[in-house]
Amino acid sequence: MSSVTLEKLTKSYGSETVVRSISMDIAQGEFLSLLGPSGSGKTTTLSMIAGFVTADSGRILFGAKDVTRLPPRDRKLGMVFQNYAIFPHLDVFNNVAFPLTVRRLPKDEVEKRVRQAMEMVRLTGFETRYGKQLSGGQQQRVALARAIVAQPEIILMDEPLGALDKNLRYQMQMEIKEISSRLGMTVIYVTHDQEEALTMSDRIAIMENGRIAQLGAPRDVYEHPESVFVARFLGEANLVPVKRLDGILRGPGGNALRVEKDRSQLATGKIFVRPEKIRLSSAGEPVDGNFLPGKIRSVAFLGNVVRTEIAVDDEVDIVCDTANSDRLVMPKAGDLVQVSWLPSACHVLEG
Amino acid sequence: MGGFSIRKAVLGAIVVLLCAVMLAPIVIVAVVSFSGDAYLKFPPELYSLEWYERFLGNARWTMALWNSVLVAAITCICSTALAFLAAYGMIRGNMPFRRVITALLLMPLIVPHVVTAVALYFLSARFGMIGVRPWIALAHSVIALPVVLIILQSALKTVDVNLERAAMICGCNRFGVFHRVVLPLTAPAIISSLLFAFLTSFDELVISLFLAGIRAETLPVRMWNSLMLQVEPTIAAVSTLLIVVTSTALLAEWALRRRTA
Amino acid sequence: MPLGRLSQWLLLAPALALLSALFLVPIVWFIAGSLASLGGASEIWGETQRTLGSTAIVKTILNTNVIALTVTLFALLLGYPMSFALSRLKGAAFTLVLVCIVLPYFTSIIVRTYAWMVLLGRRGIVNDMLLSLGLIDQPLALLYNRTGVIIGMTYVLLPYMVLTLYAAMKAVDMRLLQAAEGMGARPFEVFRRVFLPLTMHGVLAGCLIVFILAIGYFITPALMGGPSDMMMAMLIEREIELSQNWPAAALMTIVLLAITLALYSIYSRFNDQSGAEGF
Repeated sequence: MSSVTLEKLTKSYGSETVVRSISMDIAQGEFLSLLGPSGSGKTTTLSMIAGFVTADSGRILFGAKDVTRLPPRDRKLGMVFQNYAIFPHLDVFNNVAFPLTVRRLPKDEVEKRVRQAMEMVRLTGFETRYGKQLSGGQQQRVALARAIVAQPEIILMDEPLGALDKNLRYQMQMEIKEISSRLGMTVIYVTHDQEEALTMSDRIAIMENGRIAQLGAPRDVYEHPESVFVARFLGEANLVPVKRLDGILRGPGGNALRVEKDRSQLATGKIFVRPEKIRLSSAGEPVDGNFLPGKIRSVAFLGNVVRTEIAVDDEVDIVCDTANSDRLVMPKAGDLVQVSWLPSACHVLEG
Repeated sequence: MGGFSIRKAVLGAIVVLLCAVMLAPIVIVAVVSFSGDAYLKFPPELYSLEWYERFLGNARWTMALWNSVLVAAITCICSTALAFLAAYGMIRGNMPFRRVITALLLMPLIVPHVVTAVALYFLSARFGMIGVRPWIALAHSVIALPVVLIILQSALKTVDVNLERAAMICGCNRFGVFHRVVLPLTAPAIISSLLFAFLTSFDELVISLFLAGIRAETLPVRMWNSLMLQVEPTIAAVSTLLIVVTSTALLAEWALRRRTA
Repeated sequence: MPLGRLSQWLLLAPALALLSALFLVPIVWFIAGSLASLGGASEIWGETQRTLGSTAIVKTILNTNVIALTVTLFALLLGYPMSFALSRLKGAAFTLVLVCIVLPYFTSIIVRTYAWMVLLGRRGIVNDMLLSLGLIDQPLALLYNRTGVIIGMTYVLLPYMVLTLYAAMKAVDMRLLQAAEGMGARPFEVFRRVFLPLTMHGVLAGCLIVFILAIGYFITPALMGGPSDMMMAMLIEREIELSQNWPAAALMTIVLLAITLALYSIYSRFNDQSGAEGF
């Protein structure tokens, strides 16, 4: 049985509909990310699951239980907030103990559970500190400990790592992932950072204008986006405009482009291919698969990757990422080159 | 910039002088209240507690003091409670005409107190409410409400909504959120509000003047009635008492803010 | 946690009820009731012409405005350097100046007025000192006349001016002044062309607040003024206490309210524009 079920959830504020009939099943122990730009409805969806916002229509089920109209306190959730929401008037111990003291657990039970939670987030020894005496990462751990201390089955996280710097962020991603899978909790994780969603999730729901644009495993949504929006949102994407002439897709300059699984019979569209799937070679060199001739517009060294922009014609630029390696020869702006990719690495999107 | 230091010195002198002028009346009244002279002289030639004895030995004065304390106590509780609820509703709510309502609630600060007083007198005289102390306290609450509302609104603004949400997720109901999170976080502002509302009422004259009658003379009203006859030194003693109350309240408020900062 | 529609109004209801019962309703009732006691519209119109046309009342309205304007000017002149100092001082000096403004601000108005009566009386401390220094031969008449009213009211209202100006001056980025100096402006030029324009909205706000408060003032002019310093608020009180003339009091109240509210609407309008959070 699934842990969380959303059925046709809808929410409007005035004339503006922010969530439009969202449905999904989240399995027990699954780590699901709601990913989308601001205003896509991901935070409102989370707020409805938490109970802060009441849905206009649709249902929310935890297991078999309908919680749509239940107040937040009766939903038995854990939650980590964007700015941690550490109670400033309580020390770390009392912050973490809060869900237990509210529910009037016996004192020794509270102490035991808090100790366990503190160990789990590796914050033992900080019990008597206050929020403002802690670093961002430590505050994050307090919030996490408070979310798990009552051993909820479901944890909600609202952009919990947004305020941390990049290195700390990666470390925390790993820890959150590790703790949640160790405790077998279902996690619903809101973020606008695609890398974070790809790193942590079992599945990602990409949201656009209050709808789920696509739902799937990270690799699946990254490699096989079903729309231009998803393709662009999950990282750099080349979208080469094509027209179908006599059943054959033709790109810039009339070059025939092959797609392995050409499911759609669109008359016009865009061929999608990720920059790292593109190979760069000197003009005239024989290559496999699709190719287009062009001229290098710019080269940028990004460290692990060299990003090259190639002008194929006046309107189309192709971005190519080449992994940095010992054998790498830096391309130069102005060079005449050709870009190529395999038909299996691309597909056609509407747009 | 050669002239700059001279400029600074001149400005400094002006400011020191003005500060002296600001404080002088208060200091002089306090000193004069300990005078043992027959009429007001500064500095006094003799010192005594005569005027304090006269103040405390006169039943009309002590009654006025008691009236003032009672009215101020009711006012500070009433206005702080009402303002807290209103401020919370306005900060957490999403009401239409919010600006109009705010302007309305701040109105008693702008409308001359004489107007409020006369209007209340017109009403109270008809219903036999002249000289009723709780009624005066309610009228003072109207005047104190805007001041207290501003203090509490700015305090409540600093309470992150997510703290309240976090408390709810942790199992609190509305009341739990209130007494476990909102109240502890706004406690300093609530105490400030109580102090300022108390001062507002304790010092208020115009409304009391119209509503007090003879039965419920407050200290400022008693001073006014006495001043209409002559500038007698007993008033210096009463004034000093009021100054001490004010200073103590301000000091307490300041200490509180320092401690929580 | 955002509130529902009903609960937010429930929270606001007690405050609004108090305000209605002891402020809005009484004011409307007082004005309407007093005027209605005259009879019909023509009688009210006649009384209005009679009251607002009488020399005594016209003189009072004029007096009130002249006094309020004078007090505003003095408050600005004295308040500007004080708030400037306040905005630049730090530490103990700042606290000291602040105490000199805030302590009087919160001290009872009757205490402050009484203090000046003690100082300015014929045998008061100021005259005493001037006489003993040989600066004057005869005691000056400082009390129960215009001088007394102006001194007393300026003292009472100065803190409002200083605190308003201070807020505006504190917001001025000092680097702008340094930049102007760096471009070769002399100190006076820096003041006139940069600092003054940047604090002008504070000056306007302070003047409006002081004027609004001054125009409805009662206690200080009643105690420190002479017979020719009658102000509107005093006249309203007198109409009721002495002559029981409610309609006249109501008409004066309308005039006073109209001026006050008109000025306040100007105040709140440009205060909003400048982004300041005034009261």
